[in-house]
Amino acid sequence: METMTAVDAVDAVNAVNTDSEAAAALLDGASRVCNAGNEPVAVVELRGASASVAGRTLWGGVDLTVECGEFVAVLGPNGVGKSTLVKVLLGVLPAATGEVRVLGHRPGTAGAQIGYLPQRRSFDASLRIRGIDVVRLGLDGDRWGIPLPGTGRFGGAKRREAEARVREAIELVGASAYAHRAIGECSGGEQQRLLIAQALVRKPRLLVLDEPLDSLDLPNQASVAALIGRISRSEDVAVVMVAHDVNPILPYLDRVVYLADGGAASGTPEEVITTETLSKLFRTPVEVLRASDGRLVVVGGPEAPVMHSDRHAGALVGGDRRATDGRVTDGRAADGRAMDRRVADGRAMDRRATDRRPAGSEADDAR
Amino acid sequence: MPADSGLSWNLLSDIDQMWKLDSMVNAYRAGTIVAVLAAVVGWFVVLRRQTFVAHTVSLAGFPGAAAAVFLGVSASWGYFGFCIGAAAVIAALARSGKGGMAEESALTGIVQSFTLACGMLFVALYKGFLNGVNSLLFGSFLGVTPGDIAVLAVVAVVVLLAMALIGRPLLFASVDPAVADARGVPSRTLSLLFLVLLGATAAEVSQITGSLLVFALLVMPAATAQRITARPGRSLVLSVVFALAVTWFGLGAAYFSPYPIGFWITTFAFGCYLLANLYGFAARWRGAGRRQVAEALGVS
Ligand SMILES: Nc1ncnc2c1ncn2[C@@H]1O[C@H](COP(=O)(O)OP(=O)(O)OP(=O)(O)O)[C@@H](O)[C@H]1O
Ligand SMILES: [Mg+2]
Repeated sequence: METMTAVDAVDAVNAVNTDSEAAAALLDGASRVCNAGNEPVAVVELRGASASVAGRTLWGGVDLTVECGEFVAVLGPNGVGKSTLVKVLLGVLPAATGEVRVLGHRPGTAGAQIGYLPQRRSFDASLRIRGIDVVRLGLDGDRWGIPLPGTGRFGGAKRREAEARVREAIELVGASAYAHRAIGECSGGEQQRLLIAQALVRKPRLLVLDEPLDSLDLPNQASVAALIGRISRSEDVAVVMVAHDVNPILPYLDRVVYLADGGAASGTPEEVITTETLSKLFRTPVEVLRASDGRLVVVGGPEAPVMHSDRHAGALVGGDRRATDGRVTDGRAADGRAMDRRVADGRAMDRRATDRRPAGSEADDAR
Repeated sequence: MPADSGLSWNLLSDIDQMWKLDSMVNAYRAGTIVAVLAAVVGWFVVLRRQTFVAHTVSLAGFPGAAAAVFLGVSASWGYFGFCIGAAAVIAALARSGKGGMAEESALTGIVQSFTLACGMLFVALYKGFLNGVNSLLFGSFLGVTPGDIAVLAVVAVVVLLAMALIGRPLLFASVDPAVADARGVPSRTLSLLFLVLLGATAAEVSQITGSLLVFALLVMPAATAQRITARPGRSLVLSVVFALAVTWFGLGAAYFSPYPIGFWITTFAFGCYLLANLYGFAARWRGAGRRQVAEALGVS
């Protein structure tokens, strides 16, 4: 019974098997040499970083190094602060503690070299501007001056160059067929591809994508994941991608960051997405199963643990907590009533993410 | 309206007659300036879906002009002062946040009803003023002085220059605020600046179409143009073309008929909008037909 709910909560079942591609991608990754710049500067470097919003610490102790051309996933339940991590990388929000370097600089100072795709963006159906124009804005939309692409004659070479770059980005994501339609009339998946082209058009060294697979059907999830994986290899772009489901991108991943309330774990997918690591991270029994086709299924709710104080600065938090705070875990496991209630409400996890209760209150209820 | 005007059988001589009147020449000059400005600023209003804010800011021209007349100064002071003032109030009270002005509809509504209430107060204060109210609300084109034209031209040039400077980042911030922010575009500052430019534009347009019918030039030509094409450059140019055509024909029609200018401009603009919609349907229908044929033939 617990298993069923938890599967519901984490939802890692829908995936497309791309094992052979995975092998190829990994081999490719191993032999890859980063050619941008002489001295190897990590694209993203987080040291003991933590973030707080409105006085509340969301996650902490994040250590992460992203080398150029690497593909990194940021995973975790709703409301844990994945988009907040993205904002920290973009320099929109300062980290509460720790050190953050992006492309060797303070966040927010290398904007031109970062391609960004925000979460859940869909254009109003009445917005009358073409996809190609939206991509073009990614290239030079921040420049002062008239918005019109140069009106012939003057600066023709530069304009042609810009247009070629836009076309190239659109072809790269396979959006040529609908790039000339009004973007409001494109489907969600088509818009998503155009937005990826927009993020790519400046040849960034880092792509920050916030749930780009959101609102796509399974075949499209697979193909957009493959597209991003391919771009990451072929253009040597580091990718930091927030995802709900690791499976579509698993074949291409070099590293994952799993955020939990208060803590975080990072490492290769093999290290992090394991029964042991996730159980420690979420301070509740979690089981990682591997289906015969390679998909990972995370079983057991990564429910937001509730204490915000007493944080550890290591990459992995919560290991010792479980010993002292075993009551919560045991209480849940042993208590039928609490489990039943969760079964009855499939969205218990969402609810808990928004309405956090004091530590152990649930276990207390049960007594 | 000149009482002796009216169409005879010879249209050319009628038009010739009209051009001999200084007041008509001045009206055409003022109308042309206002049409170009309204078309450009309105294009962004439509794209940013800020028509409610635009309407509110324009309505502020009504109490503004009424107050100016009450105080015995030129109405144009009242238009500019109140329209830009209303824009500044909305800009100052708008919460910073995502979504631009879309979330500010309550604030905008509050400002709008307050400006209307002020307008009625000034009308009540100035007892013998009732004739003027009509032209404040529905426009008039008589009595445009060369001095007025100079003010209109200077303000229009300043606003258009500012638009040319901020146009591209403003477009970026309008279409895609999150990404524009991440790129370092100061989208909040831009949207506040745009509100002030919108205030100045609304003040200009009010002086031709009246406060209630500002949309005839500020929204309709731009909406028509965007309906026809999704290419930004083309629709901006088309918007200017429509605004000019509508204004010129509107002025002519108002001269030869007993009906107010605001009515004519609005009617012509509405006609264009309907035609553009028909065109849109026709194009889609044709496209669908072509696709069906292609499918039937097995090509795609
Ligand atoms: N501006 C804000 N003011 C107050 N709280 C905020 C603000 N922005 C985010 N939060 C809170 O910070 C937490 C993390 O938000 P964030 O958007 O990073 O979550 P997320 O992990 O991306 O979730 P999701 O999977 O739903 O996208 C949430 O609890 C949210 O309510
Ligand atoms: Mg998010």
